[in-house]
Amino acid sequence: MSAPSLPPEDAAHAAAFDARIDAGETIEPKDWMPERYRHQLVRMMSQHAHSEIVGMLPEGNWITRAPSLRRKMCLLAKVQDEAGHGLYIYCATETLGVGREELIDQLLSGKAKYSSIFNYPTLTWADIGIIGWFVDGAAIVNQTVLAKASYGPYARAMVRICKEENFHKRQGYEIVATLAAGTPAQRAMVQDAVNRWWWPTLMMFGPSDANSPNSGDLLRWRVKRFSNDELRQRFVDLTVAQAQAVSLTLPDPKLRYDAETGHWAYGDIDWAEFKRVINGNGPCNRERLAARRAAHDQGAWVRDAAGAYAEKQRRRGTAPAA
Amino acid sequence: MAAAANEPDHASDQWPLWEVFTQAKDGAPHEHAGSVHAPDPELALQNARDVYARRGQVVSLWVVPSSAIIASSPGEQGPFFDPADDKPYRHPQFYRTPRGVRVY
Amino acid sequence: MDVLFEYLLRLGDDRLVLGHRLSEWCGHGPVLEEDIALANVALDLIGQASRFLGLAGRVEGKGRDEDALAYFRDVIDYRNVKLVELPNGDFGRTIVRQFLFDAWSVLLLERLQQATHAELAGIAAKACKEARYHVRHSGEWVLRLGDGTEESHRRAQTALDELWPYTGEMLAADEVDRAAAGAVAPGVAALEPAWREVVSDVVRRATLTLPADGFMHSGGRQGRHTEHLGHLLDEMQILARSHPGATW
Repeated sequence: MSAPSLPPEDAAHAAAFDARIDAGETIEPKDWMPERYRHQLVRMMSQHAHSEIVGMLPEGNWITRAPSLRRKMCLLAKVQDEAGHGLYIYCATETLGVGREELIDQLLSGKAKYSSIFNYPTLTWADIGIIGWFVDGAAIVNQTVLAKASYGPYARAMVRICKEENFHKRQGYEIVATLAAGTPAQRAMVQDAVNRWWWPTLMMFGPSDANSPNSGDLLRWRVKRFSNDELRQRFVDLTVAQAQAVSLTLPDPKLRYDAETGHWAYGDIDWAEFKRVINGNGPCNRERLAARRAAHDQGAWVRDAAGAYAEKQRRRGTAPAA
Repeated sequence: MAAAANEPDHASDQWPLWEVFTQAKDGAPHEHAGSVHAPDPELALQNARDVYARRGQVVSLWVVPSSAIIASSPGEQGPFFDPADDKPYRHPQFYRTPRGVRVY
Repeated sequence: MDVLFEYLLRLGDDRLVLGHRLSEWCGHGPVLEEDIALANVALDLIGQASRFLGLAGRVEGKGRDEDALAYFRDVIDYRNVKLVELPNGDFGRTIVRQFLFDAWSVLLLERLQQATHAELAGIAAKACKEARYHVRHSGEWVLRLGDGTEESHRRAQTALDELWPYTGEMLAADEVDRAAAGAVAPGVAALEPAWREVVSDVVRRATLTLPADGFMHSGGRQGRHTEHLGHLLDEMQILARSHPGATW
């Protein structure tokens, strides 16, 4: 919604709002905010929540095959955390006046986006380690910054999430290190997983900001703090050293350290692949949404039953026992 | 046996939102932790415990229907919260109580 | 036969297989909050299994740890009751099965807390706290499904009717239970009346009908399982067995 010129009260409000942002203040649910700010936040937060929920599927795929009881429990706990993260962020989004049912509808109907990375399949146990190392690692680079986002409920959800996310990345890297130091078959398994997940992970940060239509607003309003390219570079710099530490090769012949900039230069990302995946033609887009739709549809009678029971209890004047 | 996908899902009115408050340890205040959806108080408590207290570090939980919470408006901030230093009788230390009498 | 070793295998296998079944719900639950709740129960059960099996391995004294026991035993060496290896079915079937097990598990673990074997008593004490929370969760859901909508009532009743013949195995005491009651923990063989009381109370409040007792399945405690366990273990064990000796 763009108004070429705001009515006088809104213009004053908008100016005051910008001043609050510039002063580093936190915006809370009942504060006045430009409709565009609210809209961008709902879009960004709901995408984030959807990603957490869809992200449960590629990892959940290996819970029943985890090769030790400890790994089984750790993986189950991690996927459970992701459900929790989705829940925190859906609840934070609800403070902006959108119900969870509407948000879920948007995801299941294909209208809403979620992170491209979760449209890739987990083919081996090593993928589980790589997801923790790369994907959670990338998420941490993104999220630590979001813990200071201008919108209070989002920032607070992010603080909780960051605390839990660090354990996920460490777990992932530990799996990778164990495999890299293991049998020849395990080493081959983890190197193969690196080869498949590296480029999609770099794509997670999104297109260069010149090609990213929403970045401008989000940066101006302190919801994003750094550009996509800056965050992507930070991730590469961190991860190269970690790969070297476990003697794994990143599948980029152009990767080289640039002493002048102090950063690792890397090769070209295939943005055509990113576009395909984001628009529904990745390896598992349809399967991911089908799984979520099935869970939602098959769960309807359960949700209805609980609602009906609560209603009966109210009518009988007996609150269900606590 | 999936329910028809076109049927309206009444979940939003059947599973309302609850605000969760957790107490980290004995004597500490309850702090707002976030929200959960639940159809009734018992499941609200259980969900709150599973979502916000499963890592331990919580000794007590409160759940409150979000609709029951009354909040001040941001615009009221000044007069509503002003410590009113010019009115000392609001502060407990103004009152002298006889020795040995518990006030509460 | 070492009674304690056998008994610990039963305790561990029941919880490992049931925890594994519950973990299949992760990402597919009827509502996000319940996804988290079921995962919690699964985690608790697998944790309990890990401790019981770990102790079993030490008691056996042949160098097998919990992973060796979990991942390298065949169907016929598993000692869980058949109830826990049955497929999840719909949410109603999962929850009714969970409740029937939880109600028994709480009673059992309460008595095992008095076990003469100190380590077993310790594991049981922690597990008992968790089991009390589990039965609260599954019991409350049985109420909501039984006394919810017509559809949920029908599904819950069907589940109860189909699972009932698998409950006898949990409650029937055999010579291992009686030996355990003598040597390890008193009262573990006589839980049936208390279990029936708990279950019939919840079933009644849920407006469900308690099935009549009839034929009861058995054999799981002796390794004679349903065909379901083979597929479950295939999936659970494939990776570990494909790389024998590897560290994960």
